[in-house]
Amino acid sequence: MSVNEELKAAVQAQDVQPGADGHPMEDFLRMDRIPHIWCPTCGIGVVVNCFARALEKLGLDLDDVAVVSGIGCTGRVAGYVKIDSFHTTHGRAIPFATGLKLAKPKQKVVVISGDGDLVSIGGNHFVHAARRNVDITVICVNNFNYAMTGGQVAATSPTNSILTTSPYGNFETPFNLPFLAESVGATYVARWTALHIHRQTEAMIEALNKPGFTFVEILAPCPTIFERRNKFGDGLERLNYYYEHSEIKHGEPTANVDIGLRSKITVGKFVDKDRPTWLDAMNSHLKRKLGDRFTPYEG
Amino acid sequence: MKADPKGVLTGSHYLDGDHACCEGALAAGCRFVSGYPITPSTEVVERFSSRVPVVGGVFIQMEDELASSIALQGAVWAGKKAMTVTSGPGFSLMMEHIGLAAMTECPCVFVNVQRGGPSTGLPTQPAQADMMQARWGSHGDYEIIAMSPSSPQECFDFMIDAFNIAEKYRVPVMFMMDECVGHMIERVTIPEADDIEVTERNYTSLPPGEYLPFKPVENMVPEMCKVGDGHRIHVTGLTHDERGYPAMNHMAQEEQVGRIVRKIREQADDIVRYEEFEVDDAEVVVLSYGITHRVAVEAVQKARAGGLKVGMLRLIVVWPFPEKRIAQLAEQGKALVVAELNYGQVFFEVDRCARGKAPVVLAGHGGGTVHETDFIVSKIEEAARVGK
Repeated sequence: MSVNEELKAAVQAQDVQPGADGHPMEDFLRMDRIPHIWCPTCGIGVVVNCFARALEKLGLDLDDVAVVSGIGCTGRVAGYVKIDSFHTTHGRAIPFATGLKLAKPKQKVVVISGDGDLVSIGGNHFVHAARRNVDITVICVNNFNYAMTGGQVAATSPTNSILTTSPYGNFETPFNLPFLAESVGATYVARWTALHIHRQTEAMIEALNKPGFTFVEILAPCPTIFERRNKFGDGLERLNYYYEHSEIKHGEPTANVDIGLRSKITVGKFVDKDRPTWLDAMNSHLKRKLGDRFTPYEG
Repeated sequence: MKADPKGVLTGSHYLDGDHACCEGALAAGCRFVSGYPITPSTEVVERFSSRVPVVGGVFIQMEDELASSIALQGAVWAGKKAMTVTSGPGFSLMMEHIGLAAMTECPCVFVNVQRGGPSTGLPTQPAQADMMQARWGSHGDYEIIAMSPSSPQECFDFMIDAFNIAEKYRVPVMFMMDECVGHMIERVTIPEADDIEVTERNYTSLPPGEYLPFKPVENMVPEMCKVGDGHRIHVTGLTHDERGYPAMNHMAQEEQVGRIVRKIREQADDIVRYEEFEVDDAEVVVLSYGITHRVAVEAVQKARAGGLKVGMLRLIVVWPFPEKRIAQLAEQGKALVVAELNYGQVFFEVDRCARGKAPVVLAGHGGGTVHETDFIVSKIEEAARVGK
């Protein structure tokens, strides 16, 4: 099956039926903000779509969910979802989400942001929220560059990537995000590409159901900059690349899942483990120490 | 509404300003603090971390001040009253999120127990050199409210006011202490909960679909909501419209950013707060705030004893500034002395408001300790000479 046929089949399988009743996503999206700002064949829209699908499958009341984004192309997700949503400062979506979650533990709090936002300028917050095991889900759309500002090299850009601030190719070593997330304590770590719409939706569902700091990395085409400058073609051709180069390896040690510029891409669920969340730890610890003087905190 | 008795430690206590500040926050209903340790402010969060498990709420020590200054804003949108606490270097790191709080009209309190600067400066010694940073430190145009206590008792009392006015105007309030006030130990009387007025958050009663989070309702201030209420709001640091949607144009900039400036400037008369002593017959008025006020009191008494007609104006709310009152005093030909632990910050504001109508003399000090009384007296004498 060609990638086009596969995509068509996938869309049909999702049973998306735009019809007289309006857009099938209109309960989920701020339709008065459409059209969005993303480029044609950008992967972020796919992630938003899959996220909506995940919430729908989970049967969550959208009033019980909050989305927090930082700055950048993916940072704009918060502005399009018809959910309590916060478009914060660059790199600080996770600490905002931490405050939100701890103040109202019943709220499902999801951070959707880009690689530059989450692991470069926001890297310190990422590692500490994972260490604390704050009960939030972080969905990182990794397009390997700072796209909003015009395609600068990022902490995730594969070595040798051509970008506007690495015109002779990137000579730095990029982050391997699943390895990073696991090493600092994430309870759930998965990576998929924008092509894997069912699998990324399932990963989001698992991550949202799992207590603790859960992390889903989605590799997404940036047709305007990353793909064009690095001669991957347009977004569709990049999906074709994902199709041909992705290897599903559940449980693969995360140390092995580095991404080279034209290497194989290891995808799958790498980590799924249990660890007390920050609030559970606080409540059980303080109960032990303070006895009847302490009433477990519920928000 | 009356204070929640759970947070009110009624009685007479022997507390330093930092501890009193924490008790004031608890009495005001603060149930979420995100902090990061920094001298000389740390005792505030130490006390909060010890008290809050019993009162009910959350303390989280974040990884840095960037995180602590935004975590509290997440907590506010989830319905808590919240604060963060820091000193100079941390305050510098918080600037971005003071701008976010101003832009998103997030009611919260930033405590700054000031120490000598710039940079690492004098971590264990006092200064009042962050006053302009409190007002203008984040990029772009905005207005905040800043208060300055002079004693542990005021750290308690004014913290309640700080939380209350934050709610009234949907604005971040800067609580500008200093190392001396933070670490001095005095009697602090905490009243009964029933005697403490607490301003409730002004939650909208409009149904989802009708509520607009950035549409002013009363006093140019929009109503609040919290996550999970069904309003499905969007909040952004981008320039936005009444719905909170990004609006990249000069009309939205004027409507919303103009309003967050105007809501403070045009209502400054209601927010400004100061005390005066013996100003009526005075030829020289000493203006000060925070710890310096207490030194200035002695200087004024000494100058009066020496036959000079000296009065005093003490700022409680520093920003917005009592422009009209300063202009009046200058019009009356009273010379002004500004005593502060910096090389001239509020001084320039006083000088601006005097508009050349009266001499304005700076009694500046780089910090590290408080002024010598006689130094302020010498500036009073200088002002009296220039005034004639």
